[in-house]
Amino acid sequence: MAKKTLVEANINGEVVEFLCEPRQSLLECLRDVLELTGSKEGCLTGDCGACSVLVDGRAVCSCLMLGVEAQGKNIRTVEGLADGTTLHPLQQKFLEHASLQCGICTPGFLMSATALLERNSNPTEAEVRYALAGNLCRCTGYDKIVRAVLDAAGSIRSGVKTSRAA
Amino acid sequence: MEGTTSNGKFKVIGTRPIRHDGIDKVIGRAKYGADYAFPGMLHGKVLRSPHAHAKIKSINTAKALKLPGVKAVVTAADLPEAANRLEQAGEMAINPHYLSMNILARDKVLYDGHAVAAVAATSPHIAEEALKLIEVEYEVLPPVMTVDAGMKPGAPILLPDLRNREEGDKPTNVAQHYQFKRGDLEAGFKAADFVIEREFNTAMVHQGYIEPHNAVGIYNADGQATIYCSTQGAFDVRSLSAQVLGVPVGKIKVVPAEIGGGFGGKTTIYLEPLSVLLSKKTGHPVKLVMTRSEVLRASGPTSGSRIKVKMGATRDGKVVAAEVWMAYEAGAFPGSPVGAGAMCILAPYTIENLQIDAYDVVVNRPKTAAYRAPGASNAAMASETVIDEIAEKCAMDPLELRIKNGVREGSPQVVGPPFKRIGFIETCEAIKHSDHYNSKLTGAHRGRGVASGFWFNAGMQSSATVNIHTDGTASVVTGSPDIGGSRASMAMITAEVLGLAVTDVRPVVADTDSIGHTDVTGGSRVTFATGMAVYEAAQDAVRQLRERAAKVWEVKPEDVQLVDGAVSVKDTASFEKGEGKTPMTIKELATKLARTGGPITGRASVNARGVGPAFATTLVDVEVDPDTGKVQVLRCTIAQDVGKAIHPSYVEGQMQGGTAQGIGWGLNEEYFYDDKGVLRNTGLLDYRMPTCLDLPLIETAIVEVPNPGHPLGVRGVGEVSIVPPPAALANAIYRATGVRMTETPMSPPRVLKEMLKKRTGEESQSAAAD
Repeated sequence: MAKKTLVEANINGEVVEFLCEPRQSLLECLRDVLELTGSKEGCLTGDCGACSVLVDGRAVCSCLMLGVEAQGKNIRTVEGLADGTTLHPLQQKFLEHASLQCGICTPGFLMSATALLERNSNPTEAEVRYALAGNLCRCTGYDKIVRAVLDAAGSIRSGVKTSRAA
Repeated sequence: MEGTTSNGKFKVIGTRPIRHDGIDKVIGRAKYGADYAFPGMLHGKVLRSPHAHAKIKSINTAKALKLPGVKAVVTAADLPEAANRLEQAGEMAINPHYLSMNILARDKVLYDGHAVAAVAATSPHIAEEALKLIEVEYEVLPPVMTVDAGMKPGAPILLPDLRNREEGDKPTNVAQHYQFKRGDLEAGFKAADFVIEREFNTAMVHQGYIEPHNAVGIYNADGQATIYCSTQGAFDVRSLSAQVLGVPVGKIKVVPAEIGGGFGGKTTIYLEPLSVLLSKKTGHPVKLVMTRSEVLRASGPTSGSRIKVKMGATRDGKVVAAEVWMAYEAGAFPGSPVGAGAMCILAPYTIENLQIDAYDVVVNRPKTAAYRAPGASNAAMASETVIDEIAEKCAMDPLELRIKNGVREGSPQVVGPPFKRIGFIETCEAIKHSDHYNSKLTGAHRGRGVASGFWFNAGMQSSATVNIHTDGTASVVTGSPDIGGSRASMAMITAEVLGLAVTDVRPVVADTDSIGHTDVTGGSRVTFATGMAVYEAAQDAVRQLRERAAKVWEVKPEDVQLVDGAVSVKDTASFEKGEGKTPMTIKELATKLARTGGPITGRASVNARGVGPAFATTLVDVEVDPDTGKVQVLRCTIAQDVGKAIHPSYVEGQMQGGTAQGIGWGLNEEYFYDDKGVLRNTGLLDYRMPTCLDLPLIETAIVEVPNPGHPLGVRGVGEVSIVPPPAALANAIYRATGVRMTETPMSPPRVLKEMLKKRTGEESQSAAAD
């Protein structure tokens, strides 16, 4: 077994230390070491976006990043999106618009959309589609996802912080 | 979005509440199969064949077993011989002998990716390393990759024991020949003013669910095993695994995890028996998860096909004869959906004279599995483009041609009795009156196409219980894994019958020990059949509630009614007014259950009859790049007869999702094998499913022609939406370019090739004229 490395990162607002093997991806560390199974494994080649997390504010496929590369980074996963029991507007709009069917791609979409809305809270439909083009959904045909992101952008612009108890 | 009701008849059904499992899914708390972990759990990996067709001469696992961290290796020698007979498993007929050979190859490998051995180790990485240490000696055989190659006299034989009725004792690759006939074909073609004959090839495609297959197996010393997995049918996993492992079903419990898509592909088993076998050998829980490459190489895609269609019609647009020859790739073992394809290909039309010959052919590709209306999209690609050509020849609007020839209540089906109330014509009318159809399509290289599709839908077995809690809320328990929002529809049906708020009903998907037998989540059957069981279980609960109220009031149960969530005496005037006879809400009555007979559980099990078939019609606008052949979808509308939309948002979602898959099938997706039979596009980047940049917003027209066979009018919604898109795209491409595409996917190189052929042909014609 390869020697493990101690990694310190800020994950969902908490400073966390964990041990990982050099060959373990960030996704494996999140899921298997830290028990944050919200990020999903869909392809392991960066094609489906189901494992998307925010690393220092940018959407990243956590299957393509090594766990050791998380050293000193700020990482946000879907588990860190809601504020306690208060949902993020994107989570709320995904529920209202029925934007999830099987739900496996949902965490990845939420994180990619979060990255978009944090840099551009007034995107056009085309901008939403470009931002989400790295995330595959096989259930919905994307229609309701795009609508939810545009609607959430509206909520964020008008200062709606939330909604429903989680 | 809130508060809309359907026809004024329902209070909950037809509204759009937030799904009950939604919050868990948006906060990352929902537990899918790969999310399970247990103390001492080991990780499994599967060794797969690098050859499409080869004899296994020997397997040596000694070196792998010596690798530190490796706890067990299994091969086919660890599996018992399974029965060689056809058995019904949910929607499909399965031969346990072949199923077992697909789980682990016995004497031969039959496709690139065929499982040969499995390893359990303390980490997935060690298990992967161990795979490289397993020595397998192969004798490579020539692969058979297409139906044409498989049907050719003298073709290499995949399964030496495979026989069919017509060829007697001769080894063959043709597992089945189905034939459907009606009328007088010769006379029909004679009566036609013109005949169109075309040949089509459609590529093998995959369901493309985002979640890979997974299983955690736990074998206990008492011989009881538990399997946690993401599946469309926990009861089928139980029975199929039991057959492969050679144990009674009572020894296995299957706990269905959340499921990340299936579309038919998760109705069978791959890893589940291996997880139990490895757990039995090691005494530890064992988890296996496929990689994406394994999903594409070694799970069940749907058949590629070769189809010939010949149709005769009169000048006024009446189709008078049709002859179809179709052969589908079954993959390595018999069982393509060609029979279903044969029954769907002409289903939307009343054609007096027809003959359909359909062949199920084994080839060196993975064993196919169901995929959303299995077999129907390939078929519709062929028939619906010929129908379009007939409309063009008759100078008729293609929708008018469909309405003229379309099936209605009483029209004969390809086989069996006439259709009951159906809504095919209504889907054509909905498109005809849509904003999309009535808008003008302008611009160069643009075209608009329409196509229709049919799917049977399914009934089968379902069980449900409705429990009244002591606070007057309820839970509804079923055995149908929720793949697209069915928990919400089950809760809505319960709430509708009991008169409760939908938020007061908690839907539960139970394991195989906790609910009666329930067939797969597939065949568009859950809201129909499980919904029927839920409806009846809720009615059973209502009956018991009325009995309890009657007991409290000392009246007859038939004199008590339940309206809007409250029990009351039907005719108060006929009873003495007094204490205890004022209406009680279920909440109030629930507090009295312990004193009036104990808990209330409404129960129902159904073998659902009265299935209502489904039709859909799709309209699509495209723009074709004249330099590259790339097809961009500009606008798309689908009309589908759903019977009754319980939760319209999720009905729309099914229609949109099916359409998106149909567009992917039509334009880009395909299994690409090299000449040795090795799959070359084993990742999603190269497999090329549509992203949100490839699709427009998909407009929906929900058509509701109630199914008379269901208490709520439900038909089922999951499947038929995938049927028309490839043909609608082909028809749109024709109008944009003048090129009739007869092959899927209609990818840029294929479209460009046909456009160049046409241009060259036109140029040489004009040169000849000069």
